[in-house]
Amino acid sequence: MTVQQRMKDAALAALVAAILALPLLGFETVDTGGPLGIKTRWHYVGYAAAAVFIGRLLLMLWRDRRLGAQADSQAGGSEAGRAWLAKLSRKADSWLMPALIAFAVALPLMPFADRTVVDLGTVVLIYVMLGWGLNIVVGLAGLLDLGYVAFYAVGAYSYALLSKNFGLNFWECLPLAGLFAAMFGVALGFPVLRLRGDYLAIVTLGFGEIIRIVLLNWQPVTGGPNGISGIARPSFFGFPFTANPPEGTTAFHELFGLDFASTHRIVFLYYLILALALLTNLFTLRIRRLPVGRAWEALREDEIACRALGINPTNTKLTAFAIGAMFGGFAGSFFATRQGFISPESFTFIESAVILAIVVLGGMGSQAGIVLAAAFLTLLPELAREFSLFRMLAFGLAMVLIMVWRPQGLLSHRDPTIRLKPAAHGGGGGG
Amino acid sequence: MSAVQPLLQVDHLTMRFGGLVAVNDVSFVARPNEITAIIGPNGAGKTTVFNCIAGFYKPTVGRLLMRSQGQEFLLERMQGHDIAAQARVARTFQNIRLFPKMTVLENLIVAQHNRLMHASGYTLLGLIGWPGYRRAEEAAVERARYWLQRTALEAEADSLAGSLPYGGQRRLEIARAMCTEPALLCLDEPAAGLNPRESAELNDLLRFIRDEHGCGVLLIEHDMSVVMRISDHVVVLDYGKKIADGSPDAVRNDPIVIKAYLGEEFEEPVSQEATAVQEQS
Repeated sequence: MTVQQRMKDAALAALVAAILALPLLGFETVDTGGPLGIKTRWHYVGYAAAAVFIGRLLLMLWRDRRLGAQADSQAGGSEAGRAWLAKLSRKADSWLMPALIAFAVALPLMPFADRTVVDLGTVVLIYVMLGWGLNIVVGLAGLLDLGYVAFYAVGAYSYALLSKNFGLNFWECLPLAGLFAAMFGVALGFPVLRLRGDYLAIVTLGFGEIIRIVLLNWQPVTGGPNGISGIARPSFFGFPFTANPPEGTTAFHELFGLDFASTHRIVFLYYLILALALLTNLFTLRIRRLPVGRAWEALREDEIACRALGINPTNTKLTAFAIGAMFGGFAGSFFATRQGFISPESFTFIESAVILAIVVLGGMGSQAGIVLAAAFLTLLPELAREFSLFRMLAFGLAMVLIMVWRPQGLLSHRDPTIRLKPAAHGGGGGG
Repeated sequence: MSAVQPLLQVDHLTMRFGGLVAVNDVSFVARPNEITAIIGPNGAGKTTVFNCIAGFYKPTVGRLLMRSQGQEFLLERMQGHDIAAQARVARTFQNIRLFPKMTVLENLIVAQHNRLMHASGYTLLGLIGWPGYRRAEEAAVERARYWLQRTALEAEADSLAGSLPYGGQRRLEIARAMCTEPALLCLDEPAAGLNPRESAELNDLLRFIRDEHGCGVLLIEHDMSVVMRISDHVVVLDYGKKIADGSPDAVRNDPIVIKAYLGEEFEEPVSQEATAVQEQS
């Protein structure tokens, strides 16, 4: 690029910045006692434009130099990182996942694991589970679902209402909550059978909002905006986590002869969600190797070809919606029992967006990638608590950077569900 | 041959899209163990006929009677996936439709979905590792291996279908269709884009399918070297109408067909006289 071209490029960027800065920075509202007054500060616009001009110039210089260096040596830092991630993706199943699981199991036993760490771990695991559940719908079946939080809400409210009104305990409610969520999955699935891509996304988005608004307005049943409080806390298979258990029951610490500690319940909840999440993972790994799982992936690739092979697309899509929703429902009832209080506030669109972001960032269909993305997206806002004003900004910036750097997601590698073994010696008899 | 009941009987098939008549009152039959070719100039309605047979369009008028496994199916009343699953009609596509991000073997296993789905107890038995399902899956892999060997793709079994060269993708699509164990195999321009050697291999493969698997083949093709060499029976369409139907030789010398393909060179009476002379000699 010649000097003149560079200047022109930077000037163009500065012009855009100036136009944007004019209303954003150029005017200031001042309190004049009565009505709001407006003061102008044109020099701010000048600073912004100048900053962008210099920044753009430097960026282009740096990029040209780097491109030149790459042509010489072929190894940029980000290239090496990318290659490393690609290698990691391939090995994700063999060691990354076992390592992550071992870490998750050991976490509450670590010396640094206080209440906050275990609580944070629980939150991460809820999102891991939601991510894995949504991955069935989005990653495997390729159905873009922006209303996944609706099933999470259905699970949470199922548990809350069943336990409050019928006195059922957590283990009785869990399968029922899954079942209800799956039924809602089918209910959503029917009208959207013919839709794909953007259209599907819009309808699922609407579905998520419908559920939330119903919860908000159906006061007699759901308590409306007040939500449901005093939801039964989980017990250790019938032994409650309380200091002074009611007459006739044994508390958890008495059962094991421990001193009462409030962390017992926190650790139990942690292991509970870990078990639920691992169940989701195991189920997904297993179902991928079954005809339904392969049909989901085939449907994602080409629906018309599926039909020509005699695969019923209706049933296949509905099972994907139902099973994905079921795991959302499980996670929802865990959420309800952990919080002890639920309200429609917890099930807004931003939750759906975060779960979808986890799946997409992790690399569609990659189980280990979802763990990393869930940890990233839930820990980042926690760590950046001091900068809470800039939290969403940092969140957005991080997403943009990852998408620029690795558009296919952090770990994206698809393992074949079956491999051709060398021809059998006896003709496929023993096995 | 005429004693054999036709496999597929197309009667008075008409397909209109609004005011456009794409296929107009076409009737023909496809017999088992025969390769039936549908040919015709561009826009003659060949693919529309195919899409009606495979259930992608519902014909405006007409009956499509399919006989397979001793049963009769009226294809025009069936859903697309049932035509493949029950009436056993398999098809390939003009613009190849594989599952590109799945492996070659997975493509062939997906084709055996319904059988495996049944064996896996609609997923429930499969989830707990039922031995019957494992046996069914092994059988499916063996069937896939058989077709991989037939189509010379065994070495590529574990690579992505999308990474195969063009000719390989065409062959894989045929192998995938055959894995559904069809009674009628419909091929939409299988030789398009193949080089002469690949085209010759395709001819061998289609003959093998016809002779060894008792499968009827219905074929749309532009490549006359394929059509004339392997077809037992040729149907010619032009502007949605059937203009000829018969053996390859009869069709090749049919003046109406020549006219449709090459345009009119002479005044019509002259050309008819010319053929009359040709037939006498």
